[in-house]
Amino acid sequence: MTNRTFTILAVLAAAMFLYAPFMIVAAPYESTMGLVQKIFYFHAPIGMVMFLSSFVSGIASARYLFGKRASADRAALAAAELTVLFGLIVLVTGPLWARKAWGVWWQWDARLTSALVMWLIFLAYLLLRKYGGPGSDRLAAGVAIFGAANAPFVYWSVNVWRTVHPKTTVVPTLQSGMREPFWFCFVAFVLLYVLLLAMRMGLEHRRAELETLYLETQG
Amino acid sequence: MTFAATVWLITRKDLLIEARSREILYTTIFFAVACVLVFAFGFVREGRAVTDAAAGILWIAIAFSGTLALGRAFERERQNETLRALMLAPVDRPALYVGKLLGVLILLALVEIVLVPLVALMFQAPLFQHIWLMLGLLGGGTLGFAAVGTLFAAMLVRARSRDVLLPLLLYPMTIPVLIAGVRGTAALLQADVDEPMARAWVAMLAFFDVVFITLALWTFEPVMTE
Repeated sequence: MTNRTFTILAVLAAAMFLYAPFMIVAAPYESTMGLVQKIFYFHAPIGMVMFLSSFVSGIASARYLFGKRASADRAALAAAELTVLFGLIVLVTGPLWARKAWGVWWQWDARLTSALVMWLIFLAYLLLRKYGGPGSDRLAAGVAIFGAANAPFVYWSVNVWRTVHPKTTVVPTLQSGMREPFWFCFVAFVLLYVLLLAMRMGLEHRRAELETLYLETQG
Repeated sequence: MTFAATVWLITRKDLLIEARSREILYTTIFFAVACVLVFAFGFVREGRAVTDAAAGILWIAIAFSGTLALGRAFERERQNETLRALMLAPVDRPALYVGKLLGVLILLALVEIVLVPLVALMFQAPLFQHIWLMLGLLGGGTLGFAAVGTLFAAMLVRARSRDVLLPLLLYPMTIPVLIAGVRGTAALLQADVDEPMARAWVAMLAFFDVVFITLALWTFEPVMTE
């Protein structure tokens, strides 16, 4: 991504995030849940981006493992870090809503449990990369592939188990006033995700270059 | 050498080494028994276990002792750099994986032969009433757990802080297997036995096993190549 496109996209993302609260305020009031339902416009898109990110990390890891391209490894690492970051936001905003809607902070429900499990898998990925020593990038790639492969189980589990979490089928059936802010927020978060991913990959790229330069001066 | 012959050679080698000292088998069995005891203190009230405790304790004991056995089995390969020697051998890499997996499975099966009757005895759990479904759950669950565990334990042989990283990676990754195992067992242990439910979980386990083993066979070679 060139600096120019990056700047344009960054400005666009900032504008979207500034406008999003106005759209959310204007959206119709949900009759049973009331004000707390508004967190849905942040919580659900971030959750979707989190799963998207775990797929990005898994696919990039597979490309690194079988194609041996260093850039794929950088993408996998950046996506894994963002999975953990977005996962943390999901796991914080979820209980905030649940406390009002269900009366408890946490339910051992399929969707919640599996989001937590996905988060833990990618946290373990980061721990492995940090403390695994030399060669841990290939090992971590194996972990990310398994983690991403686990995600569909996570998604299906909600339909297999009886669950209290609102089903994913709620998204296509949203009424018109709610649909627009939801997809608007989704696009905004995807944009934010892409920007963060590009930034993190650029940082990793520079670090690798610096290391090569350092080795050259040493040798 | 054919695939099956290689697998058998690896498994036989592991079992032979284990049969000479029986170190992993004895320590793992004792560890599993200690696990059951510790959890019993947590889940027994007024002389009776809380609902579903037996199913949970059984699978936690399997997961914990399985991690221990996996770690020990590959520690043995690390001490004399024998895993590297294995990787240098001109044989199919997936055959190495399947060979190690079989060795671990046989070890865990021996542990379960002691563990399952013990849980049945101590928690008055009718684990043997639906013997085929129970065997399906145990077999499917152990296979899924060991399939992921063998791959990760083999990977981590080269890594630092491998002792703590193995459970860190293994437990979240095998959660679907453990849930299926616990819920399936609980369905068989409750007052009115829910056979269709247990059968559904056995099918789910079979599905997980196929996915995990395929992925492990696919990733074993590139992950293990230095």
